[in-house]
Amino acid sequence: MVYHYYPGCTLKTKAKDLDRYGRKSMEALGITLTELENWQCCGGAFTMAKDEIATKLSSVRALADSRDGVLVTLCSACHNVIKQTNYAMANDAEFAMKANNYSKFDVPYNGETKVMHYLEVLRDVVGFDNLAKAVKNPLKGKKIAAYYGCLLLRPSKALQMDNPENPKILEDFIRAIGAEPVLYPYRNECCGGYMATEDQSVAAKKSGQVMDSAAEMGADMIITACPLCLYNLTKNAPGHQIPVYYFTELLAEALGVKD
Amino acid sequence: MQKIGVFVCWCGSNIAATVDVQAVSDTLAKEPGVVYATNYQYMCSESGQNLIKDAIKQYGLTGVVICSCSPRMHEATFRKAVASVGLNPYMLEVANIREQCSWIHKDKALATEKAITLGRAAIAKVQLNAPLQAGESPVVKRALVIGGGIAGIQTALDIAEAGFEVDIVEKQPTIGGKMAQIDKTFPTLDCAACILTPKMVECSQNDKVHIYSYSEVTSVKGFVGNFTVSIKKKARYVAENKCTGCGECTTKCPMKNVPNEFNLGLDNRRAIYIPFAQAVPKVATIDPNYCNMLKNGKCGLCAKVCTAGAIDYKQQDQVIEERYGAIVVATGYNPIKLDKFEEFDYSLSKDVVTSLELERLMNAAGPTGGTLLRPSDGTHPHTIVFVQCVGSRDTSGCGKPYCSKICCMYTAKHAMLIREKYPDTEVYVFYIDVRTPGKNFDEFYRRAVEQYGVHYIKGMVGKVAPRADGKIMVQASDLLANEQLHIEADMVVLAAAIEPDKSARPLATMLTASMDTNDFFTEAHPKLRPVESPTAGIFLSGVCQGPKDIPETVSQASAAAAKVIGLLVTAKLTTNPCVAHCNELMCNGCSSCERVCPYGAITYVEKEFRMPDRTTQLRRVASVNPAVCQGCGACTVACPSGAMDLNGFSNSQIMAEVDAICQK
Repeated sequence: MVYHYYPGCTLKTKAKDLDRYGRKSMEALGITLTELENWQCCGGAFTMAKDEIATKLSSVRALADSRDGVLVTLCSACHNVIKQTNYAMANDAEFAMKANNYSKFDVPYNGETKVMHYLEVLRDVVGFDNLAKAVKNPLKGKKIAAYYGCLLLRPSKALQMDNPENPKILEDFIRAIGAEPVLYPYRNECCGGYMATEDQSVAAKKSGQVMDSAAEMGADMIITACPLCLYNLTKNAPGHQIPVYYFTELLAEALGVKD
Repeated sequence: MQKIGVFVCWCGSNIAATVDVQAVSDTLAKEPGVVYATNYQYMCSESGQNLIKDAIKQYGLTGVVICSCSPRMHEATFRKAVASVGLNPYMLEVANIREQCSWIHKDKALATEKAITLGRAAIAKVQLNAPLQAGESPVVKRALVIGGGIAGIQTALDIAEAGFEVDIVEKQPTIGGKMAQIDKTFPTLDCAACILTPKMVECSQNDKVHIYSYSEVTSVKGFVGNFTVSIKKKARYVAENKCTGCGECTTKCPMKNVPNEFNLGLDNRRAIYIPFAQAVPKVATIDPNYCNMLKNGKCGLCAKVCTAGAIDYKQQDQVIEERYGAIVVATGYNPIKLDKFEEFDYSLSKDVVTSLELERLMNAAGPTGGTLLRPSDGTHPHTIVFVQCVGSRDTSGCGKPYCSKICCMYTAKHAMLIREKYPDTEVYVFYIDVRTPGKNFDEFYRRAVEQYGVHYIKGMVGKVAPRADGKIMVQASDLLANEQLHIEADMVVLAAAIEPDKSARPLATMLTASMDTNDFFTEAHPKLRPVESPTAGIFLSGVCQGPKDIPETVSQASAAAAKVIGLLVTAKLTTNPCVAHCNELMCNGCSSCERVCPYGAITYVEKEFRMPDRTTQLRRVASVNPAVCQGCGACTVACPSGAMDLNGFSNSQIMAEVDAICQK
């Protein structure tokens, strides 16, 4: 099985750690991620407009280029856009027709590629039990709050990763690396990131709420898969001291491949 | 050649608006064998029926075709009419040009053409009809009620009062159902147990009523008047006839941490238990999942303390077979699981409870002795938020599309009771609509608002977030004031939607009774036969048919009982003469029909046949028991040699219908 990897722009700039530790860890677990050639920015947000094809074409190309394997994503935003685009290619005939007409692939693409988030690879390919066995430095005694944000799980019909209101994939991951998950009510609420440029106070309030709630419930740190969430929680919620990490950084640490 | 009369019904405008009824009767009049054709506004009316009767007499009709509504609606009416003037009722065919034509089409020309085709098929069939004589079958004078909640209890008591034997099968160790868990009932606020438990006792004392508790129906065979039912009595490891219900064992059992399902897991019971003080039968039951003696043979304390010697660790499941004339389904409901509604953080906070859990928290026999305390820390809540429609009227796919009907009233009841008992408690109720039709219901709700000062807010709660200090932050919208609310609450109560019990679907399969997409049993007619299933001899009682409150459930339970009594007093039932028969000369004895027959109506016999060369030959041929055959036709399809045929629906009749439809 070929694991095509779609890093996305942010992982090449602001979120280099998410990418770097992700690759190293997967390698340590025996899975090689092959970066897709010629990938382009996913567009950043999945537009709801039915006639909006252009912004989704880069996702369609990445999907079509991965037909011989699985397309692995890591950034929550990229995952959301690519998975939703794939869902539309498979289920919305008009959208698929327009995208195919424009793209002129040798063979039309109709959503055949399987898209997996990095966490899904850990859960469904590696298996959390095997991951736990591969851990060299278990993060014993660490109380970690998983932060899902809004993009990783929703809309659940298209994303099909976990129960969007009561997810457990990140909590299971935390247990697998030897730490203790902390449940708190805001783990799947939006961080307000999309409001940051329009009204920073909204973003500050939403992020602050997440940070406060996690800290209050006894978390030492928060982990996330989303660069926008991490940025927003750390930069837009001043006065909240709890550290926020990419989950791949903790994974690399647990596997003993963090430099 | 038959002399056939064709009668086309307008059904007011139901048919006539979409089908040119005049064209239908004119065209069908030209069909071979048709000697008379007409149309009329309401063929089922008395004058319509007279029209048919007069034509039979005047033209000497030998066959009748009615083009009208579904035969399920009026076939019996028309059969009776033709029989009254001496025509065999099975010489009548109904072409369904309403449900299968006018109601589902818009184009009048096409619908008319289709109605003519359907009429032609019926004429082709009636050409081959032969007079049939209905037989008779006896009725077993005993009824089975499946489910021992208030619905099943009321039905059973009413049947018993009429003098018939009735058995209740209840899967829990006690009868009583949900009503036994409820604290007070709306709109009178009388104590649920006080009005229910006397009925439970009546069931145990009435010698016509037999209770199979901790039991399940495992198979149903037979037909109306003559069902054979297997009932599995699960091993409770306590001899029912010896146990006195003293409860000594339930205080001595060392397994103390078994979640108590009667209190919805809000407290614990022992591994040997009696669900509640007024349980009927008042007999202890050992939970094999927790009992040390049953799991690893170590303990045996309950047997030591039992002075009656009732404990029997070797007890096995027991299957009982019993015959019944009628079966009543009263399988009830459960609140839905809330795992798709985690925005309310039900799994995260102990102080977010369902309404049924609140019933136990307010019940004097509940885990807190009737004092309303927070499950998390046992303190008094001072602000309580109720959320209505959690999973009801939900089109997102997470919940149920229907209204659960009882929640508006029980929430008003809870709110009122809390304000009455704890006036220092602020109560908020978030609603989409408040629906309170019913006698004294709206007055009750208004009392909650006006007299008790409950804050009713139109809008939904979007997020419930427990805090470390124990408070629960409730974020909601007030749709009338168009503002967002943030309430610091101590408890949140969720009015979870109700759904049919999970046992209902497999039971429906056993009973061949139909269900809707929500797993509620379908009634024979939504308006006119609301307590009967379309399957003869199966009756419906309570929430298994649709959401309803206690008064409605009891009304329906008594109605179902009346229908059962009506069936049981009948000496003999007229059987359907449309049963299978075997053309023995064509039968090759392969047993295919015997294997597919769901009713066990086919057996094989050795029979001597005289051959063309005047020798005799012993052959094995199929034989149908007409009293058991239900005319489903499975055997006629399975028979490879075409020997099996169905009276009234013979292979040749069906082929004639198909031919008539195919030739333009």
